[in-house]
Amino acid sequence: MLATALIVFRETIEAGLIVGIVLAATRGVAGRGRWVMTGIGAGIAGACVVAAFAGSIAGFMEGMGQELFNAMILLFAVILLGWHNVWMERHGREMATELRSVGQSVSAGARPLYVLAIVIGIAVLREGAEVVLLLYGIAAGGGTRAAGMLAGGGLGLAGGAALSTALYLGLLVIPMRHLFNATAALILLVASGLAAQAAKLLIQARILPPLGQPLWDSNWLLAENSIPGQILHALIGYVARPSGLQLVFYVGTLLTIGGLMYLNRRPVAVAPARAAAE
Amino acid sequence: MNHANAIRTVTAALLLAGAGLFANHAALAEDTVNATVVIKDHKFDPAEIRVPAGKTIRLTVRNDDATPEEFESHDLDLEKIVPGGASIILVFGPLKAGSYNFVGEFNEDSAKGLIVAE
Repeated sequence: MLATALIVFRETIEAGLIVGIVLAATRGVAGRGRWVMTGIGAGIAGACVVAAFAGSIAGFMEGMGQELFNAMILLFAVILLGWHNVWMERHGREMATELRSVGQSVSAGARPLYVLAIVIGIAVLREGAEVVLLLYGIAAGGGTRAAGMLAGGGLGLAGGAALSTALYLGLLVIPMRHLFNATAALILLVASGLAAQAAKLLIQARILPPLGQPLWDSNWLLAENSIPGQILHALIGYVARPSGLQLVFYVGTLLTIGGLMYLNRRPVAVAPARAAAE
Repeated sequence: MNHANAIRTVTAALLLAGAGLFANHAALAEDTVNATVVIKDHKFDPAEIRVPAGKTIRLTVRNDDATPEEFESHDLDLEKIVPGGASIILVFGPLKAGSYNFVGEFNEDSAKGLIVAE
């Protein structure tokens, strides 16, 4: 039961923390709830489909379909998160800080919320597919053991949801004028972590070389499978035994998106005005 | 040259460039040893797989259970779903001599195994 709870908890926080960050980042934006719920719903539906076709997906590309499929959706999420951050640097600040005309306030609604909905959908799909397979396996196995394990699954799900809610509420404590930068930084780190996950899969599929494996081993300091390790894994992409390629992907994503954000940055005349715009 | 052809040419060129870049990596795969492990009743058979050190291993994991399993090895940095009644392939190594643990993550109590490279 505990083992099941831990697996489900781990998968839930990986998706849930992303949802929490997105909700904090879109604080005060009209219609965000609908987009977030759409993303979660589509993700759960997608997870069931992926779980049902897991056998066929694994069979693609000389047996490396599973790795390629997951690496592609991860990299797609990285691109979307990067694009969102750059877009916000370009338009979000002026939108939030100036609000000179009604025309500009209308453009606030043009914020690409669907991009974030897709990212949430991807996160839920990726982590959810494994949970669906795990729970299906338990349910299909039947017996008295199954009931306890399914209860464990429920416990893990509740725990993951509680932690994600805690992160969201914690982020809301941040004053509005700093929230923009805080969530942008978190999204940047999440994107870099997802890129490193994609690198691991591309190594496993033998598409790219590991470039040193592992580069270091910090499992003694912070075990990746422990709860703090899993939280840091989901939030900033912590890996206890990273390969060189994972580091290259992580740093490369950080510098690329961070650099594009910097280049697209618009000077802000009146910083605290964002709070007033609420 | 129409649009589709152009895309095909560019894709082919990129693939060739990629293949060239990683030719060294691919060359390792020629010195490959095959191994198989079967999942039955949430256990691995054999539970201990002996492989030569210094060779690339191509491990087939066949799941004879109806339920899905996840093959996972922290020691080898591998993680892959094995759907019920299906097989997957993992290619890894070359390994240094030593023992490497793996588990079936969905049934970690019973599904334990060891790869011994010697």
